[in-house]
This record gives sequence, structure tokens and C-alpha cells, in this order.
Amino acid sequence: MDMTFAEKILSKYSNLKEIVPGQIVTVQPDHLLTHDNTAAIIQKIKPEINEYGIYSKSLPIIVLDHVIPASSEKTANNHKIIREFVKNNKIENFFDVGNGICHQLVIEKGLALPGKLLLGSDSHTCSYGAIAAFSSGIDRTEAASLLLTGETWLKVPKSIKIDLTGFLNPGVYSKDLILHIIGDISASGANYCSVEFHGNVKNLTIDDRFTIANMGIEMGAKNALFFYDEVTKKYLNQIGVTDSSYNPINADIGAKYYKELKYNLNEISPVVACPHTVDNVKSVEEVTNIDIQQCLIGTCTNGRFSDLKIAAEILKDKKIDSDVRLLILPASKDIFEKALNYGIIEILVKAGGVILPPGCGPCLGAHQGVLAPGERCLSTANRNFKGRMGCKEAEIYLASPATVAASALFGKITDPREVIDK
Amino acid sequence: MKIWRYGDNIDTDMLFPGKYVYTCSIAEEIKPHLLEDLDPSFSKNVKEGDIIIAGKNFGCGSSREQPVIGLKAVGIKTVIAISYARIFYRSAINQGLFLIECPEAVEAYSDGDKVEIDMENGKIFVGNKTFIFPKLPEQIIAIRDAGGLLEYTRQKLKKR
Repeated sequence: MDMTFAEKILSKYSNLKEIVPGQIVTVQPDHLLTHDNTAAIIQKIKPEINEYGIYSKSLPIIVLDHVIPASSEKTANNHKIIREFVKNNKIENFFDVGNGICHQLVIEKGLALPGKLLLGSDSHTCSYGAIAAFSSGIDRTEAASLLLTGETWLKVPKSIKIDLTGFLNPGVYSKDLILHIIGDISASGANYCSVEFHGNVKNLTIDDRFTIANMGIEMGAKNALFFYDEVTKKYLNQIGVTDSSYNPINADIGAKYYKELKYNLNEISPVVACPHTVDNVKSVEEVTNIDIQQCLIGTCTNGRFSDLKIAAEILKDKKIDSDVRLLILPASKDIFEKALNYGIIEILVKAGGVILPPGCGPCLGAHQGVLAPGERCLSTANRNFKGRMGCKEAEIYLASPATVAASALFGKITDPREVIDK
Repeated sequence: MKIWRYGDNIDTDMLFPGKYVYTCSIAEEIKPHLLEDLDPSFSKNVKEGDIIIAGKNFGCGSSREQPVIGLKAVGIKTVIAISYARIFYRSAINQGLFLIECPEAVEAYSDGDKVEIDMENGKIFVGNKTFIFPKLPEQIIAIRDAGGLLEYTRQKLKKR
């Protein structure tokens, strides 16, 4: 029987020859990602860890990224508890404060590979579909259970096939594409489904694919995936992963899809997700001139080298509007270093940008750049929920790094093509 | 028993603001902030046995189990929604909070209607209408009967 990617990989991991959507299967993931929430997770199972020990020291990937450096005694103590747990249990993959955002590190360090299965106690765990892995978010309790047993259940999802044709025009980016799709099918349009991207994807870099897969959850998807190809292979070689260390999985030609959608990349234009849902997507022209007080370039969605480079190209030898704060968050230490070496950080700082440490920063409203009532933020992040950035009377708009950089120059939402063309 | 009626896309930030995520993790810390940015009257007035009726995509957004722990702790009997976001749905199973996905019942409900649930037989009574919701798969019932995922895991570990 021909199978989709999700059916094929879940059949492999559950040792069942044939599986169908809706079926519940038991799987043992290759890795379990947890972050600052590790403290709360291990707290739940302290006696069990003492009695039985953890399942394996190679299963967890633990990253301190959500509230870093610690913002209070409580968060500092959480970090301390996690460091002690890591030492006592000889956890193999631990990344302390300053290394970067968990999802960036999982990909950058070669921990997500084609054909692998990863789960994580963070909703944006679906990002690793960028590298042809199956990955999905779970909660803290399930992460606790996995730490002890190494296994959990998954429902085999239905699959959606998204077929891409054409090429993105100048000034239009993968962020515009994924926001366009979410606006089209809604924030629940892919609920419980596995989303596969097919067609003309060869011009979408790993960074582009990362942005798209990352936002799979914003349409409700269980996972979002780009198949292994030359782009994936080249990226993995660059980060020092040899071809023999993984086995990519492809969907079968006759696989059955619950839905098939088509998008022509030539027809996509810059868009903005308006408050307070990610599917409230409007063309940039419709929202031009809305004034903004804060701009954010970074997060697991758009904090990569290529994103910072696009922003620097727009902001080179210019100054941002005096009524705007521009916050910049490289997604990892390696990206930060590379941006420093290429003079990108210098350009961004000279333009008026404030560089924050590689981490989640103000995206989740816990610290660093919380908004005041009545303020508007234009952000490259993935969520614009009410209260998301710490204040329910503030508004969050989402866009590509180019749109955010162009808008920082004028203090109002601006079509990046106006700046890029000139 | 009160019915709390909410709309579509009730996200995890509305259910429990992100700014408290790394400072509140146990029920007593969570309760006062439950639904804080959506309905400030909720945490003050919610009572044991109350029901939430909501629209599409309830619980969308982050992997955030505080809302589930909080709703369970304040005694919410169930949520009836048109649909749920998957991490929230899983989380509810893990905490032993029962969610019902039944678009027909949500659509049939108008303010003031009496709502009753027959969990064993999978029936919801809204006003004078009856709706049937599907039975959970066996594996999920086993987690429920154990009293949530951690209890289920503990029992499994003891048997090894």
C-alpha cells in the first residue's frame, strides 16, 4: 500500500507494516527536546528518577533559551535545577544560556536528521520538517513520561499535500508564503494533519524551509515537512553530517491525501498577519502607514543569518525612525558570530538596532522588550496572540524580516519593495 | 452549574498568559491567572462542575499545560468545542481532563440552555436535543482510567 511520509515514518517507528490515519501507535523517538521547562518536568518525576533513573542520556536535548539570562530568582533557580539534573544524569546534549534557541540548535548541531523522529515540549518542535525529519510538540507531562520510558503514543495523522510552483519575486520571502497559506486555510486549517510540501522547492533554502515548517503549528499541523533533496544534502554536508548517518524517507507516489492544495509562488506578495490571530493576514498595502513603536527581528521563525543579512541590506547606512525601538535576536551563537564576521551586526547597531542575546527574547512576553498598553509591534515571530508580548492592550503584527526592517526606517508598516527597489 | 461560552481560536495566551509560564506551574499558582486576558471574571466566579462551550481550535498555540492543570483544578467538568488544537487535546488526556469534540452540540447551544453530559454513553443533552460524541480509543481510556499519564507511566514502571 502506498503511504504518505507520516504513515511511512510512523509505520517504521512502530514496527507495523501497514497503518492508517486515525490509528494509535507506540513510538520511541530519537530525541526529546525540552528547554527552560525541564525544571518543571523533572519536578513531576523526582521520586521516579531516583528509583528508576532516566530512560537514556542520549534521548534528551536540553536548551536554556526561553528566559535567558535569568530574569528573576525563580527563573535563575530553574536554570540551576536543570544544570544539576544535566550533570547528575550525564545528559549528552545540553546547551546552556547563550548558545541559542532550541529549534535552531537542534538543526544546526545535526540532531534532527532526515527520516528521524523527534518530540519536544514546545509547540514549534515541528520546525525539523525543514530537514525532512518528523517532529511534533507535546506537553510537559508527556515529556516527563518520555524521560522515564522513552516511548509514547501517536495518532497517525491524515496528510495534506501542498504543491508549489513558480518562484518568489524580489521582496517576497518564505515568511510571506507561509503567512499567505495560513491566511488562506485558517489557523485550524491543518489541525491534526501532517503537511507535506511538494513541487518546486529547490529554490527554498533550509532557512526558508525552517521558517515554513516552524509555522506549521500556526495552522494546527502535527508536523510540516520538506522532503530530502540536494538542498538538504548540501546543508547537512556543510554542518559536517555525512550522508551515511541518516536514511531519508519519501512519500510513495500513490499516497492518499486528505487535501491537496496548490500555490504559485509568483503570485505571493508581502503580507502582514494582523492582531490577534495568525490567520488574520492582509497584503502589506492594506496596512501600510499603521504606526509602530517596536520592531523585532529574530526568534526561531526568522533569526537566521539570511534574515539578519536581508535586514542589514535594507538598513545599511540608514537610521531607523526615532520613535521606533528595533530589537534584534540572532537565533544562535553561531549565527551571531557569523553576522559579526560579516559586518552585519555593525550595520544593524549603527542603524539603531539593539542586539539581544541568542534566545527567545520578548517573543513570549516573559522579559526583554515587553510592550506597553496601546503600543504596536511589528515582529518576525510566529504568534500575534493577544497578550503574547506581555500586554493584552498591545498589538502584534507579523511579517518577513524585510518588511520589519523597511518599516523600522519609517516608524510605520512599509512595503519592503519600496525600499529594495530604490 | 454555569456554562462559560467562548468563541473560536481561544489560544494558550488567553487561557494562561505567557508571562507567568516560568513562574507558575502548580495549581494554586495557576488558578488566579486562568483566562486572565480573555475573561477576568472567570477565575473569580468559576465553580466545580461548570462547563466551557467554545468554537473552533480551542487551545491553539503553545505547548502550555498550565491551562489544563488550572481548568482541572477549578473543577471544570468538561469543555465542549467544535475542534481542539492537538497539543492542548493531548495535554488534557495527560491530565485527565475530559474534552468533547462535538460541533453539533456547540451549534445547538443558546444562552440559558440546560446542558448535561453522560460520559459513559457518550451523550450530551443540550436543551431538549441529544448529541452523541465518539468513544475514545482504548489506549487513551487506559490513560484516563489510570488517573492521567504520569500515573499510567508509574504503573507501567512498577510492572517492569
